[in-house]
Amino acid sequence: MNAPTQAMVPPATPNDFAAYPDAHGRFGQFGGRYVAETLMPLVLDLEASYLATKQDAAFQAELNGLLTHYVGRPSPLYFAERLTDHFGGAKIYFKREDLNHTGAHKINNCIGQILLARRMGKTRIIAETGAGQHGVATATVCARFGLPCVVYMGALDVARQRPNVFRMNLLGAEVMPVTSGASTLKDAMNEALRDWVTNVEDTYYLIGSAAGPHPYPMMVRDFQAIMGREIREQVLEAEGRLPDAVVACVGGGSNAIGTFHPFLNDESVRIIGVEAAGDGMGTDRHAAAINGGRPGVLHGNKTYLLQDPEGQITEAHSISAGLDYPGIGPEHSWLHDVGRAQYLTCTDTEALDAFKLCAELEGIIPALETAHAIARLPDIARDVGKGGIVVMNLSGRGDKDVATVADHLGRTI
Amino acid sequence: MKSRIDARFAALKAQDRAAFVAYVMAGDPDRATALKILQGLPAAGADLIELGFPFSDPMAEGPPIQKAAQRALKNGMTLKGVLDLAAEFRQTDQTTPLIMMGYLNPLVTWGFEGFAQAASAAGIDGLIVVDCPPEEADPLADALDAADISLIRLATPTTDDKRLPVVLRRTSGFVYYVSVTGVTGAKEADAEAVRPAVARIRAASGLPVAVGFGIRTPERAGAIAQVADAAVVGSALVDEVADALERNEDVTARVLSKVESLAKAVRMARAGSIPA
Repeated sequence: MNAPTQAMVPPATPNDFAAYPDAHGRFGQFGGRYVAETLMPLVLDLEASYLATKQDAAFQAELNGLLTHYVGRPSPLYFAERLTDHFGGAKIYFKREDLNHTGAHKINNCIGQILLARRMGKTRIIAETGAGQHGVATATVCARFGLPCVVYMGALDVARQRPNVFRMNLLGAEVMPVTSGASTLKDAMNEALRDWVTNVEDTYYLIGSAAGPHPYPMMVRDFQAIMGREIREQVLEAEGRLPDAVVACVGGGSNAIGTFHPFLNDESVRIIGVEAAGDGMGTDRHAAAINGGRPGVLHGNKTYLLQDPEGQITEAHSISAGLDYPGIGPEHSWLHDVGRAQYLTCTDTEALDAFKLCAELEGIIPALETAHAIARLPDIARDVGKGGIVVMNLSGRGDKDVATVADHLGRTI
Repeated sequence: MKSRIDARFAALKAQDRAAFVAYVMAGDPDRATALKILQGLPAAGADLIELGFPFSDPMAEGPPIQKAAQRALKNGMTLKGVLDLAAEFRQTDQTTPLIMMGYLNPLVTWGFEGFAQAASAAGIDGLIVVDCPPEEADPLADALDAADISLIRLATPTTDDKRLPVVLRRTSGFVYYVSVTGVTGAKEADAEAVRPAVARIRAASGLPVAVGFGIRTPERAGAIAQVADAAVVGSALVDEVADALERNEDVTARVLSKVESLAKAVRMARAGSIPA
């Protein structure tokens, strides 16, 4: 077991939002490493190995090469002219993560972590997936690097996401349906942790959300922050100034934190996440951990969670399987508590309307996850006002959701 | 005041035998049956009792204890309900140590100080929290210290010499050695592989070492009892609950009969050995 090779820099001032987590892996009271003792040496070793890659030019060069030539980065920053006209407020830009290889932002993190896993000498990769997007991205990088891959997926999700299950199989991954608990994403994550605690020697757990025990929330954020850095450069080039607001949907929160992080210290930039409100915040069928939960401990970190009065975790609900999780990454919980970011909500119905609107006006079929962020754009564009600039992360494409949407519209395809 | 845990291990050491530790899930399959099981455990041979408190997402448990937690939750068991059960047990037994075992979030929900005081009043002697490693444990340890409850630590096959002192910081009562890498009830513990780990932890901590996570049979329990200060059995007992329910048999009788056979094997393990 290695000790961390460098102490993390403590926050220079209370306003240096980008300096977290602290040396204990905490964002204020959130984050930490709440794992079984068997896993503690592994997460400490992972942290040390990850920090070492930051100083390693060869690692960074390999990462950047793959992001350019395999993923297709940088993704475009696209001016959504017709939606801008339609909403009648600020200019709307989309960061086009839907154009990446595998069709979503998830691949950015998977490339980074698979290189790390190889460097650590791990020979077997495990992952959890809800909708299957992270599972597909993980299976993709495992195929690319010739590593065996096991993806845990709730049995219910396996049934409702058949095409992604088949995709993972085509890529050579073994998909393990999880029937424990409620058979959804949180149970898949429990099962992946159970696998990891059993196979400690050879296995690398490739988490896709900016959640889980430290260092995952930091590491996933860092690998995803390339999106925010590109947005910064691209918007400066297009408009000569920073945006007035950056917007992203939030489940676990990896696309959101990757978008937000490079802007945390820019006071003029509003930071807005959108949680899934499912049937509505007045019901118990939603997935809005911040707006409808309270702090607790699950899956290795302290964060906002959906839970009953006894501290038992409750089921999330969202039309979007990628947002259907009872927790949220710890950095979001902290950004909410300190007031640096604002977390709005969007119901299933609003997301469906936004999904259709984006397809019809921009010729882009967005992921249902992304549609939650699109649904809040009219209010945000109006608030920011004409002459303002809003950038939304178009985190994934919606081909995977076509059957779900048809189903909700009462159409047969 | 000498704790029940210290007193029990001292008494067993004088007899030159290991302890048999029975794990049961509080409220499994329902409160009334769980109370009857609990009350019957000491006579059936349990020297210490681990009382599981249920959590919806028990990430280190295999299917038997996952299902036991689901049965208990379904029948309305709460953290306060677990303490009520313990308090009722204490009305008829003042000497058998009671150690609660589970996950952190229900404790976070109650609040550590309030929980620790209530647990102490209910007669709880120790607490094992699977997802609370030493790095995160100080606030909980402070509350437990103030209530004279031992925070029992887990050491594992991945705990090397460098990490062991971290694991043993602020621990008392005994140390729980997780004998296999894996979830509860999945792999089998190998007594010869466990022997050096137990010796190392005993030397470093000066505390008794209990071994668990891989013991299902009397033979295995007996073998572990020769090298460790205690053998813990959990999954095999909750499996008795599940099986008795399925066959519509007397759950209490099935569990206590299993405890008797395991406890007997532990008591006999060092028969004929020369007292230290």
